[in-house]
Amino acid sequence: MMHASQQPGSSPHTHTGRSTARVMQLVLLATLPGIAALVFYFGWGVLINLLLASLTAIVAEAAILKLRQKPVGFYLKDYSALVTAVLLAVALPPLAPWWLVVTGTLFAIVIAKHLYGGLGYNPFNPAMVGYVVLLISFPVEMTRWLTPATILDSGANLPGLSQSLALVFTSSPALDGLWDGISGATPLDLFKHNSGQLVEQFYQGEVLFSEGRWAGVGWEWVNLGFLAGGIFLLWQRIFTWHAPVAMLAMLLLLALIFHDGGSSHSLGSPALHLLSGATMLGAFFIVTDPVTSATSNFGRLIYGALIGLLVYIIRAWGSYPDAVAFAVLLANFAAPFVDYYTLPRSYGHERRRRATEQQE
Amino acid sequence: MSNTNTYQKLVVDGLWKNNPALVQLLGLCPLLAVTGSVVNALGLGLATLLVLVGSNIVVSLVRRQVSDAVRLPAFVMIIATFTTCTELLMKAYTYELYTVLGIFIPLIVTNCAILGRAEAFASKNGVWASAVDGLMMGIGFALVLLAIGAVRELLGSGTLFADMQLLFGPVAENWTIRILPGGYHFLVAILPPGAFLVTGFLIALKNSIDHRNEKRAAAKRQPVVAGSKRIRTTEVAD
Repeated sequence: MMHASQQPGSSPHTHTGRSTARVMQLVLLATLPGIAALVFYFGWGVLINLLLASLTAIVAEAAILKLRQKPVGFYLKDYSALVTAVLLAVALPPLAPWWLVVTGTLFAIVIAKHLYGGLGYNPFNPAMVGYVVLLISFPVEMTRWLTPATILDSGANLPGLSQSLALVFTSSPALDGLWDGISGATPLDLFKHNSGQLVEQFYQGEVLFSEGRWAGVGWEWVNLGFLAGGIFLLWQRIFTWHAPVAMLAMLLLLALIFHDGGSSHSLGSPALHLLSGATMLGAFFIVTDPVTSATSNFGRLIYGALIGLLVYIIRAWGSYPDAVAFAVLLANFAAPFVDYYTLPRSYGHERRRRATEQQE
Repeated sequence: MSNTNTYQKLVVDGLWKNNPALVQLLGLCPLLAVTGSVVNALGLGLATLLVLVGSNIVVSLVRRQVSDAVRLPAFVMIIATFTTCTELLMKAYTYELYTVLGIFIPLIVTNCAILGRAEAFASKNGVWASAVDGLMMGIGFALVLLAIGAVRELLGSGTLFADMQLLFGPVAENWTIRILPGGYHFLVAILPPGAFLVTGFLIALKNSIDHRNEKRAAAKRQPVVAGSKRIRTTEVAD
């Protein structure tokens, strides 16, 4: 077994013999704990999102592969479309209207992935492109999250399967009343609207925080679920630790600095920033995308830290409560630039070269 | 006028082969910024057309008097003059549209499509040819603006020709055509990313049409004679 310090950064190096399909299957498997937590707290809506996105992704992938005259079966079997669909679906609010999920998935697969040349050529993470397109196009539908099941008011329940299907596929006004009982702000959104209370006071006033352990009921477990999946993938050596750890470390550092001891001007505790929103999903499933991130280990450290920085800046001083998707897309822009300046030392050379140096 | 610049060629160049927006990719800033609706696109397209024709004519008229060293400042001054005229005209007759388009009207001065035509064409050709070139380039630019504006308005808000009264007065108040049901909206098409996407798709469409035409032309040049086994050395009798 190779020592960790000898682990190669990028191609061309030893091969594990794992196919793309196997890698994607493992990634899908690793999303299960997070998805389980989401289903537990938010109900059927999560599963409907997943199913809708997966079906759309497979149909869109097959159709566009056919259009591009590529072998449909061969590429469909690499599971990459399914991974994109799942990562997008878990980021969407449960019980979102069906067209929202379908539009986002189509955008991710057709425009963000295939128009740029398909798997391996897309400069931007397709799932995040789909998410951002939806977020800026349909702000109302995209911010209508649910209250976690365990802290719903007495008498209110998450809708069952048939009612969930009705909410997703029809827009009858009769169901509007149902929303009032079950919709609620996310912890980051809620915290953003803290006006002048001490963090401790604010937490006591909001059930979402007072009933939660670290960062809001439900959300902390969703994040821990994705963290567990991420650790599994690290153990399986699907990706290296550099990018996710750099991102989380940067986020932690900034949160520590600006937490301000929980004063009325606090920008959120480290626990809130690490265990809420899409932090862990982003750190282990989005930032680690081998296509759109930086290539060398050192480059990945910079890339991850950049995302952590951007996430914090947008969360703290921007107008959106969460920022993982925006931060990832901005860092995707920067990834080739990071690569340009972080070429690793190649075998047989004394020192590493800059890409700008002339070849002799 | 030299033989290479027949009027027909000027028309084809301006509208299609050398279209300022789709081939030269000039003037992209206003192209991307104001094409959120048909009326905005048409307004800016007409304003640009007016400036382009005027500046091409005047540049062509003074081309022998202006020395090479000062030609660029001179061209910019001429373009700025026409832009100011257009701006004042719009303020007088279509004030609301003028406020909607805002900074992009004065910014026509910096539209490189206009300076590009002055430098590449009008400063080397006669007045008539320059006028036709300006007109065709301007129409080509305006048509692309219009196409992008129409697609973005349709995708973004589901209507076509909304608010045309800003440009045509009260007559046009009922010109709005609602194609997709009310309440429909898809903001990304109206926001800047939509401009880039739609422009990209239009360029791809143009290229694929060109590609197909080329293929067809190539196929015509070498007729395949079915069943022919030997090389014909004489003309084929039909």
